[in-house]
Amino acid sequence: MQASFVNFRQSLPRTIWDWLILIFLLFCALFFLMPIYVMVVTGLKQAENVSLSTMWHLPVHLSGGGFYEAWRRLYPNMGNSLQLTIPATILSSILGAINGYIFAKWKFRGANTLFAVLVFGMFIPYQSILIPLIQFLEQIKLYGTIGGLILVHVIYGLPICSLIFRNFFAGIPDELIEAARLDGAGVIRIFLLVMLPLALPAFVVVGIFQFTNIWNDFLFGVTILPNPSAQPVTVALNNLSGSFSVDWNVVMAGAVIVALPTALIYILLGRFFVRGLLAGSVKG
Amino acid sequence: MAAIITFVYIFILITIWVSLSRWGTLRIDWRPRDPLFEAYAQMFAMPRWHADLRNVFVFTVLFLSASIGFGLLLALLLDRRLLGFTLFRNIFLFPYALSFIVTGIAWRWIFNPETGINLLFDGLGINKWLVSIGGAPFKPGWTTDPAVLFSINDALGHVFPGVHNISVHLGIPMAMIPVVVAASWQLTGFAMSMYIAGLATVPNELREAARIDGATEFQVYTKVVLPLLRPVTVSTAIILGHVSLKIFDLIFAMTGVGPGFATDVPGIFVFDMTFKATRYNLGAAASIVMLLLVALVIVPYLWRNLRKN
Repeated sequence: MQASFVNFRQSLPRTIWDWLILIFLLFCALFFLMPIYVMVVTGLKQAENVSLSTMWHLPVHLSGGGFYEAWRRLYPNMGNSLQLTIPATILSSILGAINGYIFAKWKFRGANTLFAVLVFGMFIPYQSILIPLIQFLEQIKLYGTIGGLILVHVIYGLPICSLIFRNFFAGIPDELIEAARLDGAGVIRIFLLVMLPLALPAFVVVGIFQFTNIWNDFLFGVTILPNPSAQPVTVALNNLSGSFSVDWNVVMAGAVIVALPTALIYILLGRFFVRGLLAGSVKG
Repeated sequence: MAAIITFVYIFILITIWVSLSRWGTLRIDWRPRDPLFEAYAQMFAMPRWHADLRNVFVFTVLFLSASIGFGLLLALLLDRRLLGFTLFRNIFLFPYALSFIVTGIAWRWIFNPETGINLLFDGLGINKWLVSIGGAPFKPGWTTDPAVLFSINDALGHVFPGVHNISVHLGIPMAMIPVVVAASWQLTGFAMSMYIAGLATVPNELREAARIDGATEFQVYTKVVLPLLRPVTVSTAIILGHVSLKIFDLIFAMTGVGPGFATDVPGIFVFDMTFKATRYNLGAAASIVMLLLVALVIVPYLWRNLRKN
């Protein structure tokens, strides 16, 4: 109580510089929130009231019509995105945990080189593997299916998941493993009973990171699923905004709907979100 | 592991093969082309490809300067831990959680020349003032404007005669500026977070010591803190640099190829050639050039970072 009071006192602006900084930050915050404002406000307007000259105004009559119409058009694709994102996130987290554990605790020869080879996979432009990837998916009859897209996200998500888990497991002292081994536990038992329970925070970080990445993906969705009814919601939103028959209030409402799941995760679990983002910067 | 090697490295090799093959139509044809590098030669002769290389270069430079510059500035200002620190930080990072498609759509509407930003200029009275001093009102066409600013072809032509073979204006395409703003809006928060994390590792004693030695608050930052943040800048620049070389969804949703290919980039070129024109060898060739550009940035970085331990 005392401490937080002192912190609060210290955070009050004292000099003229402090005031200028605060005003500047406030100004920046307005800039950062501006597109959000535009999306929400336009989405809430009636179609006939979306006019070019009053873009910045608040809606005169609040209307749920834009959101209703956008939801009507997008909800099948929302379903696809959920069906795709949730299993892909879970699978890539589990595989990433196993991989990361091996790389952190099993110092076989050439492990570092192999790890670099693995991590490079997360930086490649996916354009450079799309043609053989689609051929491959056609061969195994998964082209154009959500299952195929899940497989793709799991595989190309492995490098980043392994990286985050490796860094996490590397911070767990070897003595713990040694002690468990002396108690007679094998490699698999140590992993399942000692390591996994400890790794819960890492699972949250990886889970959030992967959910956001996969939900926001566009390139794989648009190339692997040519059938509009199977496409994820980012692709559907882009189609919606590209058709001239759709009003701007619907498009903006659609953008808000598509942004909502990851935005909610960010607002509720921001701490973990930042950790995942920093882990992506490949600290050795 | 075997999966990764197949899906990354073997697939890259296959793509290279495609780029050297005769597979230029819907019918698959694996036979090598004669001359072998014909697809690359064709591509480098295309004005559109010249525009793409210019655009991705301009975009990378502007976007990196903007997001790293503002990211650092915001991190340093937040470092004072004034009122609302957490709230500000969360607001600045928020766009990072959104899809590039959402960002592209929102900013396309804002940069619509008939409304949005231009309307704001009107509202602030800037145009009235410009007209009153005898100027023309400031009403750029933004994403619809094919103009290229600061073209340096002539200047370069004096030094390198080969410049005349380049079929596009080397400069900053007007339509690229909104795209840079949108991308920086989305990723400045990332740079800021990297710097905030970096600042947290600068020990307070070090700053105290500098203050005791008589350094002003400004000098504490320029002489002590900033040099310690150099590695953060390198990491951030490389991560954002590879994002920028690969940029696709944002531009695809916001402006597409743009007027006169003003916002076309290799990512879109590959997509168009492969999936719309079904010229597979050409698309593959362009994707391999993209891969090389990214590798040029990432490989030295990975090498240095992973060799340390």
